[in-house]
Amino acid sequence: MINIAVIILFLPFLGFVVTLLLGSKIKKIYYFENFVLFLGLAGSIIIAFVKLNSFNAATITSEFTWIDLGNTPIMGEIKINLGILIDNISALMMVVVMLISFLVHIFSIEYMRGDPRYNRYFAYLGLFTFSMSGIVLTHNILMMYIFWELVGVSSYLLIGFWFEKKSAADAGKKAFIVNRIGDIGMFIGILILFTTYHTFTFDDIFQQISQGHLPFDSGFWLTITGLLIFAGAVGKSAQVPLHVWLPDAMEGPTPVSALIHAATMVAAGVYLVVRIFGILTADSMLIIAIVGALSAFIPATIALTQNDIKRVLAYSTVSQLGYMIMALGVGAFKFAFFHLITHAFFKACLFLGSGSVIHAMHHEQDIRNMGGLRKKMPITYYTFLIASVAISGVPLTSGFLSKDGILAGSYAFANLTGHYLFPIVGFFVAMLTAFYMFRLIILTFHGEPRNKEKYEHAHESKFTMAMPLVVLSVLSIFFWYTPNPVNPENGWVLSDWIKAPQLYAPENTRYEFMVPDEHTNVQPGSEEIMYSETYAEAMHTIHIPAMILSLLLAGLGILLAYLFYQWKKIDVGKLVDKFKRLYNFSLNKWYFDEAYDATAVNGTLRLSRLLGKFDSTIVDGIVNGTAFVTKGFSTFIGKFDNVVVDGLVNFMAYLSGFIGLVFRRFQTGKVQTYLVFVLVSVVILLFIFKSF
Amino acid sequence: MIHAGLTHFLIISVALFSLGIYGVITRKNAVMVLMGIELILNSANINFIAFARFGNFGLQGQIFALFIIVLAAAEAAIALAIVLNIYKNLSNINVDEMDSLKD
Repeated sequence: MINIAVIILFLPFLGFVVTLLLGSKIKKIYYFENFVLFLGLAGSIIIAFVKLNSFNAATITSEFTWIDLGNTPIMGEIKINLGILIDNISALMMVVVMLISFLVHIFSIEYMRGDPRYNRYFAYLGLFTFSMSGIVLTHNILMMYIFWELVGVSSYLLIGFWFEKKSAADAGKKAFIVNRIGDIGMFIGILILFTTYHTFTFDDIFQQISQGHLPFDSGFWLTITGLLIFAGAVGKSAQVPLHVWLPDAMEGPTPVSALIHAATMVAAGVYLVVRIFGILTADSMLIIAIVGALSAFIPATIALTQNDIKRVLAYSTVSQLGYMIMALGVGAFKFAFFHLITHAFFKACLFLGSGSVIHAMHHEQDIRNMGGLRKKMPITYYTFLIASVAISGVPLTSGFLSKDGILAGSYAFANLTGHYLFPIVGFFVAMLTAFYMFRLIILTFHGEPRNKEKYEHAHESKFTMAMPLVVLSVLSIFFWYTPNPVNPENGWVLSDWIKAPQLYAPENTRYEFMVPDEHTNVQPGSEEIMYSETYAEAMHTIHIPAMILSLLLAGLGILLAYLFYQWKKIDVGKLVDKFKRLYNFSLNKWYFDEAYDATAVNGTLRLSRLLGKFDSTIVDGIVNGTAFVTKGFSTFIGKFDNVVVDGLVNFMAYLSGFIGLVFRRFQTGKVQTYLVFVLVSVVILLFIFKSF
Repeated sequence: MIHAGLTHFLIISVALFSLGIYGVITRKNAVMVLMGIELILNSANINFIAFARFGNFGLQGQIFALFIIVLAAAEAAIALAIVLNIYKNLSNINVDEMDSLKD
């Protein structure tokens, strides 16, 4: 099984390398990439099947030592292990990733046809799928961080795939930079974990925490560490306040938006929190829940007024991810992961549906120019409708099951702790979701076509594009998850597949309801469910009222959408005029971009300019000053050389010349003169050495 | 009758030597210079003989004198040959004009 996991991890990488290298030579190489993905899908289904049936309770890991630093001076024994972890969550996640990736590949064959960089597009998809599988399958946080950055890179490449457009190139950069902010937090969190526990492996860290070994020996620092790692999730899952990159990321090709920015990569943040859920303390969970609630609420209000079909879906994605994060924050772990799966399917379906519409309308994305497409594109319409119904939380759909659980969870949490704002936000957002999704459907598919010319050219998509839509919409129906369309708790997904997490954080830092009732029976870190009876009871009693309330609110949202846009009982224009300021506030996305431009971006620019000034005046001044001093000194040394040293040398030469001049007089060439010299010198020597 | 001692011989020798030097230095003619050299050699001979006569050296002085006479003959022969050659080249034998070694 580990072998299959390794193979399906590296298959997309093989696809990426082959497609990238041979892409310019062989036109049909993208079939290879698709084939590889098919194998990956098959492998992941086999793994999930075997894991869930035969090894349901087991956690299968396989690791090898990557770097052995031996006995280091300060840290002691350090080994860095890499490895693969297959538990129920990663097995399920692998199926989701591979299935959606495969369907997106199929969809892209038609959608991207005629693109000049056709094969490269598929290569990037392969790189992304490889990185995403890495995040899902890893058993240590270091490897997760590496793949975390790799999905960032592939996301950047795919958002800016049409980089000739400036907006697309900018959006790619924005996504990358905003993600970096969160990733720094995650990196610091990882470093804190590593310095404390000397290992990156999740399981080792968790075991040490459950034995009471905390970072800096305090629960407060455990909270901080959890939140720092959560910062990575805030960036990747586009949570408030780092959500600004996701709507801009819609500049990428639509299938990419479906795969990366709706179903899988943005869910990686949620997956990360799922992985570290056991070490979260009550304080960090509360902050996570607040971030999640804000991320559910703010983008939902923005989505109400957007006119770009993809932007509405993007804000809806942020909002749904906020739901998941909030669910984790309030302790509804199972439902958070359940919602991740269901959301992946119906949101991918919505995005691919919007891709189908955009393709048919020749890259028209403004819903004000659409309308009446139901007759032209029945398959797209009905799949889109099913997915919208699912996201709105209407019974008989998967979205109803998971979202209802999250709402019930937040309600139970509120009953237990008194934070009633979470269920209120949750229910309100459920209504908003229903409203903006049906606004989108009515404006796109119902009514009269508002742009006749484009409408005439629109046509139903081909089989390769329609098939993924159908598959995904079928997966949005309840019977895949549970036999009971009202209560999913006894279905196989929640009772059998997704296990309640083990909790490792010290009990005095947890919420009371997350501490098991009978301390004596439960060993720390054992397989027992670590939730208390109180929570289960609260969840149980709250479930029916929560369901009815959410149904009513979803119905209200859908009704309002019909009143506004289908039957036109209420004049939208007048309403907009009445609440002009509120409308503009939402239309301009709460001025987040403007605020960031004014503060962070401008601040950075100012700081850069200031530093530039500092550089050009002070640093350059010091350098120039040094140069000036050196120059002066050199001039002096040069003068000294010229005058003193050269003077000495020249003097010596002159002296020699002078002596030579004097002595050449003696060199007459006449024998008799020499003889006289000899005689004279002999006489002189005689007198010098005379002994008398 | 004055007894001729070593000093007298040495005086004659010095006179001869000085004459020889004077000849070598002042004469233009190369042959005359050679004759000066002969005088110097002979003054040396007188010295040798005198010291041999009055000293206690045995026959060494006389033998040396004989060698010097032979040597002087050989020297004269070679030098005259050189002078002849100089005459051939320069058509005179003036010593003060032979200064081509100067440069």
